[in-house]
Amino acid sequence: MFDQSQMDSKPSTRIDEARRQIEICNACRYCEGYCSVFPAIMRQRSFAEADITQFANLCHNCRGCYYACQYTEPHEFDLNLPGILAEVRTESWERFAWPGPLARLFQRSGTALALALVLGFAALFWAAQALRPESGEGFYAVMSHGLMVAIFMPAFLLPLAALFASLRGYWRHVGGGQIRLSHIRHALGRAARMKDLSGGQGQGCNFEDEDRFSNARRMAHQAVMWGFLMCFGATASGTIMHYVFNWPAPYGVFSLPKLLGVPGGILLVLGCAELARLKLKADPDLGAKQMRSGEMGFVLLLGFVSLSGLLLYAAAGTGAVAVLLPLHLGAVLTFFLLMPYTKMAHGFFRLAALLRDAADRK
Amino acid sequence: MMSNPDIVVVGGGNAALCAAITAAEAGKRVLMLEAAPKPYRGGNSRHTRNFRCMHDGPLSVLTGTYDEDEYYNDLLLVTKGKTDEHLARMAIRGSQESQPWMEAHGVRFQPSLSGTLSLSRTNAFFLGGGKALVNAYYRTAEALGVEVLYEAPVTHIELDGDRITRVDFTHGGERHSLSPPAVVVASGGFQGNIERLVEAWGPEAENFLIRGTPYNRGDVLFDLLGQGVQSIGDPTQCHAVAIDGRAPKFDGGIVTRLDCVPFSVVVNKNGDRFYNEGEDVWPKRYAIWGRLVAAEPDQVAFSIIDSKSKDLFMPSVFPPVTADTIPELAGKLGLDPQKLSETIETFNGACRPGTFHPTELDGLVTEDLTPPKTNWARPITEPPFYGYSLRPGVTFTYLGFKVDETAQVQGTKGPVENLWAAGETMAGSILGQGYLAGFGMTIGTVFGRIAGREAAQYV
Repeated sequence: MFDQSQMDSKPSTRIDEARRQIEICNACRYCEGYCSVFPAIMRQRSFAEADITQFANLCHNCRGCYYACQYTEPHEFDLNLPGILAEVRTESWERFAWPGPLARLFQRSGTALALALVLGFAALFWAAQALRPESGEGFYAVMSHGLMVAIFMPAFLLPLAALFASLRGYWRHVGGGQIRLSHIRHALGRAARMKDLSGGQGQGCNFEDEDRFSNARRMAHQAVMWGFLMCFGATASGTIMHYVFNWPAPYGVFSLPKLLGVPGGILLVLGCAELARLKLKADPDLGAKQMRSGEMGFVLLLGFVSLSGLLLYAAAGTGAVAVLLPLHLGAVLTFFLLMPYTKMAHGFFRLAALLRDAADRK
Repeated sequence: MMSNPDIVVVGGGNAALCAAITAAEAGKRVLMLEAAPKPYRGGNSRHTRNFRCMHDGPLSVLTGTYDEDEYYNDLLLVTKGKTDEHLARMAIRGSQESQPWMEAHGVRFQPSLSGTLSLSRTNAFFLGGGKALVNAYYRTAEALGVEVLYEAPVTHIELDGDRITRVDFTHGGERHSLSPPAVVVASGGFQGNIERLVEAWGPEAENFLIRGTPYNRGDVLFDLLGQGVQSIGDPTQCHAVAIDGRAPKFDGGIVTRLDCVPFSVVVNKNGDRFYNEGEDVWPKRYAIWGRLVAAEPDQVAFSIIDSKSKDLFMPSVFPPVTADTIPELAGKLGLDPQKLSETIETFNGACRPGTFHPTELDGLVTEDLTPPKTNWARPITEPPFYGYSLRPGVTFTYLGFKVDETAQVQGTKGPVENLWAAGETMAGSILGQGYLAGFGMTIGTVFGRIAGREAAQYV
């Protein structure tokens, strides 16, 4: 007699387990309206490893599908799509990270490592003060502009190059082709509005309180993303003012670096605090368990970068600058150097996944 | 636990929730008794995905119009007249007014899902499906002060003359009794109760799979019918479709459906064909196949396709059994290889050239074959060959309470003064036979709201 085999054993690898779950989703399709992942799944009937990697990076972990699912445990199908995609996603970052071993190190014990690095670099900066300049205005009285550039130029460009190498690996793996302007518009549009955390209709995610929809995480993430971009804009505008207009810091309150940097920093601090709070309330089983401390470490590090930056600005002209400046710069340095191996990489991978997805949409 | 609720609602699905919310909004203290544990709350509503909705013009995600008469005619077609016109029209008219009510109480709608284009005008789909709807209603109900007890099956409802005087249930390992002024029963049919199905249908029912919740056991239904409450609907009948034979015994839900039959040859365990696989498009035929398979030996059948047809239907949850030859496939399916080869060869020999159209009746009919296949008859020749097993999957039962237009349950001598019923447990009044997609949710919503309103007015 025909064997009612059902689903006897769980697949061994994460990719296989994700495939098992995705095939059930593709036969159900109730979650089609939540995000970009389900329409992408439903365009296909069979799923190669590259497809699953792409879905995993497209997933923003809003968890709407989990709480709407008829097949979560204790059901024997035992679906947990946000959980398995989070694990596959982390695995893919590790896999494409270049050079790889660093990624694994950070994700195993993120908080401790971040702390150690902040302290290490702060110490390094204390030492650098031995090279204290004889003259200089504002922060340059503590550390010369030349020394800052000498440290931060490579600390910024080298991780960017490493990220680029990672993303190229990803793009090849998922079969990405020519990028069109319309794809870029699509991807940036979705990222700018965090459409994939909107729940499909603006009701938000199911993150901090089971099936209750809330935009708290989306707002917090927006604050972090836009805050970060504003701070980045502040630095970029300062660089241009310095080199192109020969107008070195310090800048006044109504200068571009300050107009972008101060509100940007405040958004970052608030956003990071809220993200950390939400993360503590969320069910860890629906995220990447192997990444948990790394994620929290990253959020705290980013929060510390912005908070120390704001404090530094507030302390301008006081003796606290000598303490705060190395701490802030140490944190910034840690942040940049670890960029390809921390949660920071997710933004770049997400954007790549959205670009890849744009090409498949009609 | 609430010690003196105004209204006890028995059940935890869509109808129960609509009743509880309506009564709570009228200021009543409502206690819901849900037999299932929290992860399985919501009965069969968990597995639903849409709401059939009348609309005289564009309404929310629904475009065009779907008026009362067209809706009612659709109902007449599937029930072959076995309906109560007055109650049916109430449900239909109520659906239009209920749609905004549902949205106002947390339900989110979306246009029809991919692969369900045929329902895009008539059915409003729930964003995330029925469990998302159930979750939203529980949130709304709890915010209104409704108390919900999970794993609280009702063991007995005492009917004394024309009044309910007591509700007995268990919760947390203890027996409890309450004497609420009013009771709403919305606890579904009895399809989760295999012993009852066997009694009603015969020993074949042992082999049926139940598509939905195992908690719809009909205990309250049979308890009250045993005390003289009036029933409606054929007690021996259930709605069954053909689903993947490898599906779980309970709660397999939507993903276990198989849409390959029209493109296949279906044989029973002896390797014989038994019905015209191409009689009509699948949405109009899937419901009869549960019954057809139930009548075959061991209540099992096998749908065989070749590689030409593999991608013509919605993906199924279990991969098909695959082989390079028909005898090999037969071996893997546990069929007699020689017999299956003969059946397929005979079928192939009866196929005629013509143009194949998977999405419409293409008239590609077999010649001199019994039973014939009257559409999509293409020879099964191109390896690899694929096989799916089919079993009857029971969706719901028809037996229920007879109610009037206020959803009040009818006793031996007129209405039971303080008892109302809503949802699947009274749907037999309206849906005496067959099924219309999304109509169960319509009955549950409209009559759930009526029952909640009436019970609240009575208290």
